Amino acid sequence: MEYLLPLLGMGIVTYLPRLIPLFFLTKRQLPPWLEEGLAFLPAAILGALVLPLVILPGGAREISLIQPHFIAAIPTIIVALTTRSLAATVLAGMGSFWLVKLII
Amino acid sequence: MTGFNFLTKSSFVAGMAAAWPICLGYIAIGLAFGVLAEKAGLSPWQIGLMSLMVYAGSSQFIAVSMLAGGASAIPIILSTLIVNLRHLLMSAALSSHVKKMDRSLIPLFAYGVTDESFAVNMARFANGDWDWQRSLVVNHATNLIWILSTILGGVSGQFIPPGAFGIDFALSAMFLGLLLFQLRGLEYVLVAAFGGLTALLIYIHLGGFWHVFFAPLLAVPLGVIVKRRRPIDQRRA
Repeated sequence: MEYLLPLLGMGIVTYLPRLIPLFFLTKRQLPPWLEEGLAFLPAAILGALVLPLVILPGGAREISLIQPHFIAAIPTIIVALTTRSLAATVLAGMGSFWLVKLII
Repeated sequence: MTGFNFLTKSSFVAGMAAAWPICLGYIAIGLAFGVLAEKAGLSPWQIGLMSLMVYAGSSQFIAVSMLAGGASAIPIILSTLIVNLRHLLMSAALSSHVKKMDRSLIPLFAYGVTDESFAVNMARFANGDWDWQRSLVVNHATNLIWILSTILGGVSGQFIPPGAFGIDFALSAMFLGLLLFQLRGLEYVLVAAFGGLTALLIYIHLGGFWHVFFAPLLAVPLGVIVKRRRPIDQRRA
């Protein structure tokens, strides 16, 4: 019981932000400015997720470039842009990260 | 509600094929989480119950460290809310792509909205070769892998050595690829760059998880303004 209470609360506050927009926005026609904004959201969110992952490794609060996450990102980006294949990109990223960690 | 007969074999196969990079990442993180949670005193069924009821990697890590430190329910729930507010944005963006979904399935779909499933599904919707059935498969295949990996970590410990085969970088590489594939014009590059830099600044100054919520909110209007100021003939289709 002591464990179920925080779990239940966590479940609710995690689920509601996932549910509310989907539930209310799927059934109505959105104004054009909102549609346009939503179309930009993936690029904005991915930018906001990726940059800290790659140059603030392990949740550090200082930018650092000489570390495996940033170094492995370079071949990953090259493979992504040349192959346009997500599978190749993920495998190239894993392979280069692994190699860089072996060397450093 | 007509049961699960919306799930054809082809949407199952396509969904699984799109989900595997997420699954790789979730196995790595899920095992690590299970190991940590077991060390913090949780039993495998308690670990599985948390993964099922909460299903949010970063807040599960935070909750376990808070539980181990003796925190009470309220601060744990509040920090979970803060960490997961970003899903409001993802849920909103997904809504325009699943309008054909049976309304009774929306609660089931919403449960599986994570950073990773959002990124994969939105990229596929933008490609035009995606539908709600496949996105539902992505959401729930990844959920199942997450739950099983966290339990397995709690039961058997870290039997895959941390960092093996670069698996720790799988999700970063996936996000990088999906980000680059999203850049369908100058406005998108601007939005992503501005979102990324703003996120860096917010994170460096505030820490925590505010950056994934506020940086997109600041970057998206920039894209809308730039797009509206460019003459129509210069826009890319």
